[in-house]
Amino acid sequence: MRIDCKHVWQHISAYIDGEVDAALRAEIDKHLETCEICSAVLDSTRNVVVLVADDRVFELPAGFADRLHARLDAELALEDMR
Amino acid sequence: MKNAANPEAEAEWIRRILAGEKHLFHQLIRPCERAIYFLLHSLLHNEAEAEDAAQETAIKVYRNLHLFRGDSQFRTWVLSIARNEGLGRLRRTANRREESLDALTDGDAGDFTPAILTSWREIPAEALERQELARLLRQSIDGLPEIYRNVVLLRDIEEMDVRETAAALGVTEGAVKVRLHRGRALLQRALAPKLKMFAPKRRKLFGWAR
Repeated sequence: MRIDCKHVWQHISAYIDGEVDAALRAEIDKHLETCEICSAVLDSTRNVVVLVADDRVFELPAGFADRLHARLDAELALEDMR
Repeated sequence: MKNAANPEAEAEWIRRILAGEKHLFHQLIRPCERAIYFLLHSLLHNEAEAEDAAQETAIKVYRNLHLFRGDSQFRTWVLSIARNEGLGRLRRTANRREESLDALTDGDAGDFTPAILTSWREIPAEALERQELARLLRQSIDGLPEIYRNVVLLRDIEEMDVRETAAALGVTEGAVKVRLHRGRALLQRALAPKLKMFAPKRRKLFGWAR
């Protein structure tokens, strides 16, 4: 049974995460060999997943850690006084 | 997971902190800072409030450290405290955002059809040197409905596994998978047409095509 494009799209996320079983993976791979649309959808989705994971996309505000640890120090000191 | 501490070292630190070496709490919480902040930012949509809530979370984690049972990962436990802190703040805010926390459920039908492309040229990570690309990615993630955004944040940005993400958000592993799939599909649809402009230029042969 050949699977269609919509079927492939439903499993793209699991495919990227390596969570589809061997039989389904083989079906998807076979489909991808001849379907340039699904190949492009898969490649672009994977590309997006890789890009958003880059630390340069989400950076903590400058001084965040310093302020957090200063507040923790204040809390720890306060506890000593109790 | 990014900067994950090893669980044995964590358990040892916790034991020592509870026995009086309080300063060790700084290094215990450090690997969780990013995830705490970005989860809260995802809930609260405000840098200053997310930072304040992150500090409150760290203090609550410290005060309640004796309650940590070790039956989940430490970071998972910390993130569930962060999430409760964020949700508590949202509830206290009279002027709730238009996006109700209960508005969207997994059963909601939506159009998760990807952007249809016939070819894709990879955008390399180096392209992130361009601020506009990082900004575009942030905007697209911020624009996701909350239930998808939180899962994308923990799974794809903080690189937590399905089980931990489910535990931190208080949902089933199945829900995490469905939401991640939909979140990625929405991101692909929003981003793919725009990302193309960040693809490296093809080298032109003989230099006549400029």
